[in-house]
Amino acid sequence: MSLKLTVNGHTHDLEGVDPTTPVLWVLRDHLNLVGTKYGCGQGLCGACTIHLDGQPVRSCVLPLSAVAARRLTTIEGLAPDGKQTPLQKAWCDLDVAQCGYCQAGQLMSATALLARTPKPADADIDSAMSGNLCRCGTYTRIRSAIHTAATASST
Amino acid sequence: MNLSDIDPVTFPPVIEATSAMDRRSFLKLAALAGGGFALALYLRGPSALAADASPAVTPAGAEGDFTPSLFIRITPAGVITILASNPEAGQGVKTALPMIIVEELDVAWEQITVVQAGLDSRLGRQVAGGSRATPTHYDPFRKLGATARALLVSAAAARWSVPVNELNTPGDARVVHTASGRSATYGELATAAAALPLPDEKSVVLKNPADFRVMGRRISGVDNPSIVKGAPLFGVDVRQPGQVFATLVKCPVFGGVVKSVSLDAALKAPGVLAAFVVKAPGVASGVAIVARSTWQAFKARDLLVIEWDEGRTAAESSAGFAAAAEVAWKTPAGPLMRNDGDFEKAFATDGLVRVEARYSYPFISHANLEPQNCTALFKENGRIEIWAPSQAPQRGCDDTAKALGIETSAITVHLTRMGGGFGRRLTNDFMAEAAVIARSYPGVPVQLAWTRADDMQHDWYRPAGFHALSGAVDPAGKVVAWSDHFVTFAAGYDTDKVAGVATLRPDEFPSRLVPHCRIRQTPLPHGIPLGPWRAPRASTQCFAQQSFIDELAHAAGRDPVEFRLALLGEPRAIPAEEKGAPVFDSGRMAGVVRLAAEKSGWATNKLPRGRGRGIAFHFSHLGYAAIVIEVTVSNDGELTIDRAVIAADVGRQIINPSGAENQAEGSVVDGISSSLVQAVTIAAGRAEQSGFGDMPLLRLNQAPKIIETHFLITDNPPTGLGEPVIPPVPPALANAIFSATGHRVRDLPLNRADLSWS
Repeated sequence: MSLKLTVNGHTHDLEGVDPTTPVLWVLRDHLNLVGTKYGCGQGLCGACTIHLDGQPVRSCVLPLSAVAARRLTTIEGLAPDGKQTPLQKAWCDLDVAQCGYCQAGQLMSATALLARTPKPADADIDSAMSGNLCRCGTYTRIRSAIHTAATASST
Repeated sequence: MNLSDIDPVTFPPVIEATSAMDRRSFLKLAALAGGGFALALYLRGPSALAADASPAVTPAGAEGDFTPSLFIRITPAGVITILASNPEAGQGVKTALPMIIVEELDVAWEQITVVQAGLDSRLGRQVAGGSRATPTHYDPFRKLGATARALLVSAAAARWSVPVNELNTPGDARVVHTASGRSATYGELATAAAALPLPDEKSVVLKNPADFRVMGRRISGVDNPSIVKGAPLFGVDVRQPGQVFATLVKCPVFGGVVKSVSLDAALKAPGVLAAFVVKAPGVASGVAIVARSTWQAFKARDLLVIEWDEGRTAAESSAGFAAAAEVAWKTPAGPLMRNDGDFEKAFATDGLVRVEARYSYPFISHANLEPQNCTALFKENGRIEIWAPSQAPQRGCDDTAKALGIETSAITVHLTRMGGGFGRRLTNDFMAEAAVIARSYPGVPVQLAWTRADDMQHDWYRPAGFHALSGAVDPAGKVVAWSDHFVTFAAGYDTDKVAGVATLRPDEFPSRLVPHCRIRQTPLPHGIPLGPWRAPRASTQCFAQQSFIDELAHAAGRDPVEFRLALLGEPRAIPAEEKGAPVFDSGRMAGVVRLAAEKSGWATNKLPRGRGRGIAFHFSHLGYAAIVIEVTVSNDGELTIDRAVIAADVGRQIINPSGAENQAEGSVVDGISSSLVQAVTIAAGRAEQSGFGDMPLLRLNQAPKIIETHFLITDNPPTGLGEPVIPPVPPALANAIFSATGHRVRDLPLNRADLSWS
């Protein structure tokens, strides 16, 4: 059977892919979009966060069959014109990352947060970002970068 | 492949390597086939070089016949490339080490490109461990950059027939003759500079640190632009043409082996290409599944029917180890590691304040967010190519060669970025496993990926430990007696030797600051894989030491900061007793204690009950760190960590303040995570935890909102920051909880304790 999947504006025909396959592995192993990361496979770490019709979801527990005909955005599609978004820029300017493995997921969650709450308070950041683990412990910088990007976007 | 008796990160000391290097002429010029100019750094001497074949993973090294490791490359077109030799796990070396070279080369940071090297024996120590990158490279890399700059200046002097001392480099990859207004770019001078003989090493002048333009600046990590757009960087991101994906199912009991297996159902699963028993020297017994995708391989695991021979470790448990510690404490046996003065007599002296307490901490997992993985390709020409997220790739290459029964020279290792290290990736089981599986598929790249459960259940765990401490303080507030009976883990079964990562050093703090000091160590035999976990030994033992010092201070009615300063005493250098171990400078230690106290408002801003501050300090990995943590605990015991104030002394130069502060901030979060919420418990010889649900990491909403880092700049050689800040974090937190609530928590993780108060 063949399923269609639209990722970052491109539609892919997925011939012979088991519809129960989590979207994470479709992205990584079938489409070679490896920016979305495997961390736990249980939806507990947030490394695999993508957007499904603009909403942040954990792609490691999201079967392919559930997303056909929906619009997916991954970290590779955050800045389609190649220009960094205010969040990506803040992440670089504030040197947020250490190992960097979780940061794609962090950025996807932060992007969704700013889309619905352009000027988040600390409490908003707590609730939107606490599902994304950072093993290196860059949380204070993540918080700062979100505030910085929010300010940059509004000026 | 039990590495538990090796301490891979602390010794041999830096000092030996540096002095050996200084005796050699380590700079050598190499003209490249394509023209231009390159400078090579010998770290192992010409004889070692002659024996090495080029592994062809170092970009600049592929250019000519004689191309020893090349850290700097300048083309006639002016392209400047700096080679990053060390593996990057998030500790920031890929940015910080090139900064050292760039500073003395006198080019702008924005003018260079950093390229990651592969494993190349000509590049010296390629290890991410022990916080040693800075102390190992700081002086040699400055000399390297300065020598390159001197050659470019000489080339300009010859071109313009002017004396060298009339020329200067303004820091933008140009040589300028101010008197005549002439200037030339480094690119224009590259070919001429390549033809010049090396200057005498002693004639090369290093910059005055006051003139630094790059070091001391906040530089964003070189991979950040790639990270924020999800570009492939990590081991598990490797995609080679025709690649297939593998998983390896190992016995849940440590050391267990496959007795029998039925592969039929797994072999029929969609996408599965093969399934077979893995057996090779030094590689854990298991069953491999190779499939067209990672998910197909993972999914087929459930279809395997495996009977295991679980072996002797199946009888072991965390509860059993704790009970064994109790037995050891009741019947102390074996030699004392240290016995200064007369502890028993001193402890029994009238008029002293006496405290006895027992401390414990559990095994924990490294929990790298990127589970272990490795990609291997057996080529038709008999060579093996490996893409490895490894902190110690040479060791991984050696282990792989042993597993395959081949020479290491047949193996090429590419270094990928790592999704976290923390010591886990100093042990390279994943490399040998990937290679052994790939051996069945010549010509096909095979990526082995561990599941999260594999990663947590087959770690090389941070050792658990048990301390029985006794101490006495005299009326003047001086600690006069200290005893620690440390029950720890042996280097396996049938040995009295303590595992290297679990041993207490006989000259460990506070020995030699206390006149009557007794240390005993009892190793328990076991089959649990143990390995280095960030600041090995220090990051656990400091919890017991600095918590107990706090107990002594409070029992004696003394301020915890003043009590610690009194214990440290006059500033002096206390040499290590162990060969090669570093000198302990009590003055530097006291300096960071004072700074942390001052910046935290320790003496000036008292907190009400329910809020508290705790302090702790430690010296490890050549760095001095003190931390004050501030907490709030509600009546019903809910803990909020409000603030952390770090003071660290890592010498005279902070290379990259942004990266340095990031390491310190991360150490605070890691220290809280590892002491507040984490434990791996063993039952029936296996880890009971399998994911972030039962072995959690601290989350953003649990982390302190304020983490301040203050560096105390002292005139000492610059040293690393990946580790020194973490040891004092757990005791500072426990001491803060005591200050807020009166609860002295002596067993980790702290969240198991009831902190309610009224």
